[in-house]
Amino acid sequence: MNPTIGWIRQLAESWGVPAVLVPLVPFLILLIALYAVIGLAAYGAKRKWPRADKTIAFWLFISPWLIGFLIFTVGPMISSVYVSLTSWDLITPPTFVGFGNYTEAFQDPKVAQALKVTLLYAVISVPLQTVLAFLVALLMNVDLPGIRLFRTIWYLPSLVSGVAQMVLFLWVFNPQYGLANDLLAKVGIQGPGWFNDASWALPTVILMSLWTVGSAMVIYLAGLKDVPLNLYEAAALDGASVTRVFWHITLPQLSPIILFNILTGIIGALQIFTQGFIADGGPKNSLLFFVYYLYENAFQNFRMGYASALAWMLFVIILALTAVTARASSFAVYYETEQGGGGRRRRSSRKAR
Amino acid sequence: MAVSVSESPVLVAGPRTGLRADRPYWRRNLPVTIVLYVVLALGSLAFVYPFLWMIATSLRSLAGVGSAGASIWPSEFLWDNYSRAITSFPFWRYALNSVLTTLIPIVGTVFSCSLAGFAFARLRVRFSGVVFAIVLATMLLPGEVTMVPQFMLFNNLGMIDTLYPLILPAFFGSPFYIFLFRQFFARMPSELADAAVMDGCGWFRMFLLVYLPLARPAVVAVSILLFMGYWNNFLGPAIYINSDQWKTLPLALAGFQSVNGTDTPLLMATSILITLPCLAIFFFAQKQITNGITFTGSR
Repeated sequence: MNPTIGWIRQLAESWGVPAVLVPLVPFLILLIALYAVIGLAAYGAKRKWPRADKTIAFWLFISPWLIGFLIFTVGPMISSVYVSLTSWDLITPPTFVGFGNYTEAFQDPKVAQALKVTLLYAVISVPLQTVLAFLVALLMNVDLPGIRLFRTIWYLPSLVSGVAQMVLFLWVFNPQYGLANDLLAKVGIQGPGWFNDASWALPTVILMSLWTVGSAMVIYLAGLKDVPLNLYEAAALDGASVTRVFWHITLPQLSPIILFNILTGIIGALQIFTQGFIADGGPKNSLLFFVYYLYENAFQNFRMGYASALAWMLFVIILALTAVTARASSFAVYYETEQGGGGRRRRSSRKAR
Repeated sequence: MAVSVSESPVLVAGPRTGLRADRPYWRRNLPVTIVLYVVLALGSLAFVYPFLWMIATSLRSLAGVGSAGASIWPSEFLWDNYSRAITSFPFWRYALNSVLTTLIPIVGTVFSCSLAGFAFARLRVRFSGVVFAIVLATMLLPGEVTMVPQFMLFNNLGMIDTLYPLILPAFFGSPFYIFLFRQFFARMPSELADAAVMDGCGWFRMFLLVYLPLARPAVVAVSILLFMGYWNNFLGPAIYINSDQWKTLPLALAGFQSVNGTDTPLLMATSILITLPCLAIFFFAQKQITNGITFTGSR
C-alpha cells in the first residue's frame, strides 16, 4: 500500500469511519479533489468563453470515461510495459531484467502448451459455433406455429453460464455416473474419460461451448428478419433456386453480422478462463488456457513481471488474429451503402429502439 | 432440384413473404413441416436435457445419483438438498456480495455510459470525433492486458480483498456500452434538443429530464445484459477476493466444487440457486433481452 494512502486510512479510522468504508476514503478524496479542479476549470472557461458551453458540457459529460480511461487503462498499460521488464513479487522492490521475461516466455514449455490449447480452442470452437448458430437461426426463422417456444428452449442454456455451467458439465461428462456415458452405454458404446482424459479434455470443452449457442442464434435471427423482402420477391420472380437465393441474398446480407460475431467470438475464445480454473488446468495441462496460466503466474506465484510479459503476448496475438480475420473476410463481407438501391425497407423495430 | 423461393421453408417466413399469402407455409407443405418439427423437437430435447438432468440430480440422494445415470425421472424429491445448499455455507452472505457487485456497477455503468453516449451523439464539438474513435479502439483491448497493473493500482489503494475493485471501475464507463448509448441517442429526433434549449434548459438537465427518460428501452436492455455479465463474473472475484467474507456466489461455488466435489446433488442445487435470478429475469423480460442481444450483436 502507498504510504500516503495508508496515512489517510489511519486518519479515517481515528475519525470513526466504519471499517468497511475505510478503503474507499482515500479514493473518494482523490476523486473529489479531481472534480473540484475540473469544476473550477469549467467554471473559469465558462466565464471566459460564454458561447463555448457546448464544448464545456461535452468534456464534462465524457469526464468519467476519460478519467477511467487514464487511470484504469492508459496508466496501467504504461506501467505494465515497465513491469514486464522487471522481476517483481509485490513485496521486494522490482529489479530490472530487460527482456528476460520475454525470452523466458519463449522458452517456457507451459507457455507453448497454453498457446496451443488456447489457439486450438479458438480455431475450432468459433467456426463450429458460428455455423451451428447460423443453421439454428435459419431453422428458427421458419414461420411455424409454436416456433417461439422452440426459440425459448434453445436459448435457455445460455443463461447457465460461467462457473455453474462448468460445474454442471463436469457431472454430465463424469466418466462413471455422468449423463453422456450412460447414454452412450445404452447404445453399446464405451464412453471416453472426457475431462479426465488428456486427449479428450479440450474437445469436451468445445462440445460444452456449443450448448450456449442460443445467444448468437438470436443475433442471426434478427439479421434474417432484417433482410429486405423485395430481394426475395425479385428472386422469386426470376425463378431462382433456394440454394442460389441462400448464397446470393441471405448470406451476403448477413455477412457483416457474421463477421462481427466471429471477431467477438475469437476475442472471447482467446480470453477463456473459468473452464481452465475449475478443471485446475486439466490432466497433463490439457486445459491450461493462456489467461489461466497468466492468472497462475500473477496471483498465485506473484510473478508480476512475467505475467505482464504474458499479457503483452496475449495482446499481440489477439490483435494479429483480429486483423487477419478482418482482412481475410473483407472480400466476403457485403456492406450496403447508406442510400441503398431503391426501397431498402428496414421495418425492424430495432432501429427505433 | 428446382424449388422456388416461395416453397423454401428456411428462407421465407410466412407472414412476411407476401407471395401466396393465402395460406401459411406450414399448411401448404405438410411433409416438410413434419420433418421440421421432428428436427426442432430432437434439437430441443438435446438442448434442454442437460438442464432437466441438472434439476433431477439436484433432488436426488447421493446413492440415487449413482444409480440414476442419464435418467431424468424424478424418483426422489429431496428438497433438503436446497436447504443444505443454503445452510452448509454462508449462502446469504455470498448472495449479498453478489448483489452488491452486480446492482451498484449496473447503476454506475448505465449512468456513466449514457452520459458519455449522449455527449458523443448530441454534443458534436471539435475533437469529439477523434475521442469517439479512441473509445471504439479501446473496445479491442483485452482486459487481461491491464489486469496485472490494475491489481497493483488497487493494491496501492489498499483495496485488495474488498469488493471495491469489482464496483468502482464501473463508474468510469465501458466503451462498448458508450457505443450502444451513442447509437441510441443519435437516432432520436434533434428537435427535442432545440425545444429544451429554448426553454433555457442546461445540457445536464436536458440529458436528465428529456433524453434519459426517453432512452428507457436502451437502459433496460443494457441493464439486463450487464446483470448477466456482473452476476456471473468470475475472473474479477478470483483476482481480488481472498477471504471468505467477501466471496461472491460464483467464486464460492468454484471453491465448493473443489471441496465438496463428490456431493453432486448439493452442487447441482447450489448451481441452480445461482442461476435462478438470471432465469427469473429471462422470463420476466424476454423481449428486452432479445432486443438487447440483437442490439449489441448487429451494430
